[in-house]
This record gives sequence, structure tokens and C-alpha cells, in this order.
Amino acid sequence: MESTSSSALVSFENVRFAYAERVILDGVTFTIPRGKVTALMGASGGGKTTVMRLIGGQHTAQSGRVMLHDVPGGNAPAVDVGGLQRDGLYAARRRMGMLFQFGALFTDQTVFDNVAFPLREHTDMSEPLIRDVVLMKLNAVGLRGAHGLMPSEISGGMARRVALARAIALDPELVMYDEPFAGLDPISLGTAARMIRDLNDAMGLTSIVVSHDLDETFHIADQVIILANGRIAAQGTPAEVRSSTDPLIHQFVNALPEGPVRFHYPAPTIEQHFLEGAL
Amino acid sequence: MISFLRPSNIGLAVRQALADMGFAARLFFKLLLSLGPTLRRPGLLREQVHFMGNYSLAIIAVSGVFVGFVMGLQYYYGLQRFGAADSVGLLISLSLVREFGPVLTALLFTGRAGTSLTAEIGLMKAGEQLSAMEMMAVDPIQRILAPRFWGSVIAMPLLAAVFSAVGVLGGWVVGVKMLGIDSGAFWSQMQGGVDVVRDLGNGILKSLVFGFAVSFIALLQGYLALPTPEGVARATTRTVVMASLTVLGLDFVLTALMFSI
Repeated sequence: MESTSSSALVSFENVRFAYAERVILDGVTFTIPRGKVTALMGASGGGKTTVMRLIGGQHTAQSGRVMLHDVPGGNAPAVDVGGLQRDGLYAARRRMGMLFQFGALFTDQTVFDNVAFPLREHTDMSEPLIRDVVLMKLNAVGLRGAHGLMPSEISGGMARRVALARAIALDPELVMYDEPFAGLDPISLGTAARMIRDLNDAMGLTSIVVSHDLDETFHIADQVIILANGRIAAQGTPAEVRSSTDPLIHQFVNALPEGPVRFHYPAPTIEQHFLEGAL
Repeated sequence: MISFLRPSNIGLAVRQALADMGFAARLFFKLLLSLGPTLRRPGLLREQVHFMGNYSLAIIAVSGVFVGFVMGLQYYYGLQRFGAADSVGLLISLSLVREFGPVLTALLFTGRAGTSLTAEIGLMKAGEQLSAMEMMAVDPIQRILAPRFWGSVIAMPLLAAVFSAVGVLGGWVVGVKMLGIDSGAFWSQMQGGVDVVRDLGNGILKSLVFGFAVSFIALLQGYLALPTPEGVARATTRTVVMASLTVLGLDFVLTALMFSI
């Protein structure tokens, strides 16, 4: 059982990705262990969301491989997500669920229909069965009573929970959360964090959480990966990362304004701007 | 040297334009090939035909009535000089069926449904709904764009038919009820002078082509829109301008091609 939980579901092998000239990931190697909650952290624009898009095959690495592994004991070979054709990619995506930053619910459909969407698209389940599954998933996120509401009638926090119910509708192996705590009130934030941990453990999922919220994320994560300047700046358990003596990690985990990451954008000196009138 | 005249900038612009054209062509063929899968899910198609057709019906019908009124007045003014006022009905029906029905319907459809399509797709893109769909292993082109495309193609000739029919009735009200043209002459000249294949066929073919053009332009602009409020607004404007000009240009080409038939 131990080997099951510690085997990798996703592994990045020397992955390089750049938008035109701007290098986002520069030869990054790491693994996402199966059954764990992995937090991806780092400064904005540091490549966290890119990592999720590479796993989902929405971006393709310029070099290196993003491997998605089969279940332990399974006989399917690991696949390089970036090298998959459409059918293979869609098959890989059916093993994943993704929670977008603001939920990305379909605004023309009710909460119920949003959660039912992947079931109707990918299974031939009967409507009564779909109804039961949808209500069970909504119950898991505490929104069974909101099934008839439209996305415009629910709060941002509720929308994310509906999106989570939709992401787990097909019982995926991997769920990726893009900034699940952004803009949530303290109650919703605590609820969301607990839910990620509980669902991960109860459903035997593997979770990747991209977040800036240190306390909540460190609280629920088994592994933390901090990305900076296209590379992995730190990796380990929350306690290991928190006790890091690396100046960048120290600045990051203590939210300090000054350190290797500068508060001021590069600019001419104060004298040049205010005394010499340079612009 | 002015910056946009630099060879590198010209090269970049040309490359971008070619890439956009290539993308548009691929999207168009994907949409054409999506007919089979779309027909296999009639519920989605029916919903879009209802949305495009039914919600455009009011503006099409009201516009048709007024165009018919005006035609009745203008044609009477011109024809009565030659003692041919009885031909008002024939002329109104030929004008509507062959020309104004398809063209004005396409222009009104662009403003009513085309803009709505562009804004809807653009906002779905901005709200990451299309990305979410892709991540759920569902092709947004097949699931979202295709039913809207074929829904518009089906709705356009139906709306053009309504426009022409209502326009003829408008012309009858003005010509017969207001200006005193003989009702029998109004209808019989129309019945004898409008050919089902040459005239009606001409109009139906035109509105089908306009349906393809308008819905494709609207969907393409929505799909290519920058995912920002400004991007969606610009895309909506581009839809109106491009679709209107395309309809008018295609109308000339089609009329010229079918003129001798």
C-alpha cells in the first residue's frame, strides 16, 4: 500500500517552456506523488499555472517530457502528455479534473447541469443515474440544495465549490486547483481548504494546488514546490520549506517586502527622476 | 524609418495574417465536417435554431413589414407613370424574394444574432469556459461552435422567407388598401411572374450562403477575441463590419453568377 501512495502520478523531466523570449520553466524536474496534496507556489508569473497547463496538455513543452503514469500494477506505459494526439490527449484528460481560478462554470446552465455536463458528454448513464451522481457530488461540496440555481445567483466561493463538484464528477485520479483560495472570505477559504484535503483522502485523489495563501496551503499540503526564475527554488514538506535558510524562500514564506525579490521595479535613481527630470 | 515599415515588422504582420487565415480556414472546414456529429445531437441543434431563429423573428418581421410598406409606395410612384401600377405586387415579390429578403435578413441577423454569438463565445473564452471544456476532454468547436453554426445556417433561409412573406403583405396593405391597386391583379401578376426555381431558388441559395458567412464570421471573431472586455467589444464590432460587407459583396457575386440562369 505504501508503494501505491508514494509512486508518482506525474513527473516532469527536464521540462523547458517559454513564451517567445520569456523563459517560464528552464529545465525543471520533479514528481507529483500519487495520493498526496502537492502545493505549487511562487511569485506571480513564475510558471505555476503553466505547470498545470502542461500537465493538461493545453501547452506543450519545448523540450523535456511531462509524463503521466498509469495506476500502480497497471500495464499501460506512462505517456508523454506533450506528445499525444487529440484522442490520446482527451483520454489523458479524462483522468484529470481542473478547478479554474473563478470556477469557469457554464453561465447558461444551472448548477445541476454544470455538474452533469461531463457525465452527459462522456458516459451513457441514464438521466436518473446522472441525477443521483450529480446530487452526491453536490452534497460532497455542501451545495445539494443549490442544484437549481444559475451561476449568476451564487457567490464566488459557491461557484468554485460547484466547479469542484464538476471536476470530480467523473472520479478523476488527479485534480488541479488554480488559485482556489483567491478572493474568498475567511469562512469560505477554510471550507475550501478542508474540502481539498478531505476529498483527496476520501476519494484517493492526487491533488495539485496552486496558491499564494501560505497558511492554508501549508496546512493541507503534503509536499510544497516553490518555483522561481524558471527553476525549483525549494521542494519538500511544508515544515522543511518553512525552515529553509535560502534567502528567497525565507522572504517568500515570511512574506517580507525586501529580499532577493525586490519591491521596486527596476527604475532610474531617485536623483535622475526627480532632480534631473528624466523619464 | 517608420517602425511599421521595417522588414521584420512587415514580415511579422504577414506571418500573423497568414496564420490567422490558416486558422480560419481550418475552423471553417472543421465546422463543415461537424454536420454529422451535430445532427446526431438534435437537441443541441434545435436549441440553437430556436435561439437564433425565434429571437430574431420579431426584428425580422417588423423590418419586413416596413420594407414592404416602403416598396409599395415607391414602386407605385414609379410604375403608375407608365400605367403599370398593377405590377407593384410582382415587383415587390421579385425584389423581396431575389434580393431584399436574403440581404436585409442577413444584415439584421448579423446585428441581432451575429453580435450575440461573438459576445457569447468571446465571454466564454474570457471566463475560461472553453478551456474548462477542453480540460474535460470535450472539444468546444464540436460542442459549442458547431450547433451554433448549423443552427444559424438553418435559421437564415427560414427568417428570409418570413421577411419576404411579411414584406409582400406590407406591400399589399399599401398598394391595395391604401393606393387602390386591384387586389386580383396584385396577386395574379405575382403568381404568374415569380418562378419557383429561378426566383425562389435564387433567394434560398443566397440566404444559405449568407447563413454560412455570417455565422462563421461571428463565431471566428468570438473564438479569436482577446479574453478581455475590450477584446470582446472589438470582436463584436468586427463581426458587424466584416459580416455586413461580406454579405453585400457575396450578394453581388451571387447575383452576377445567377443573373443569366
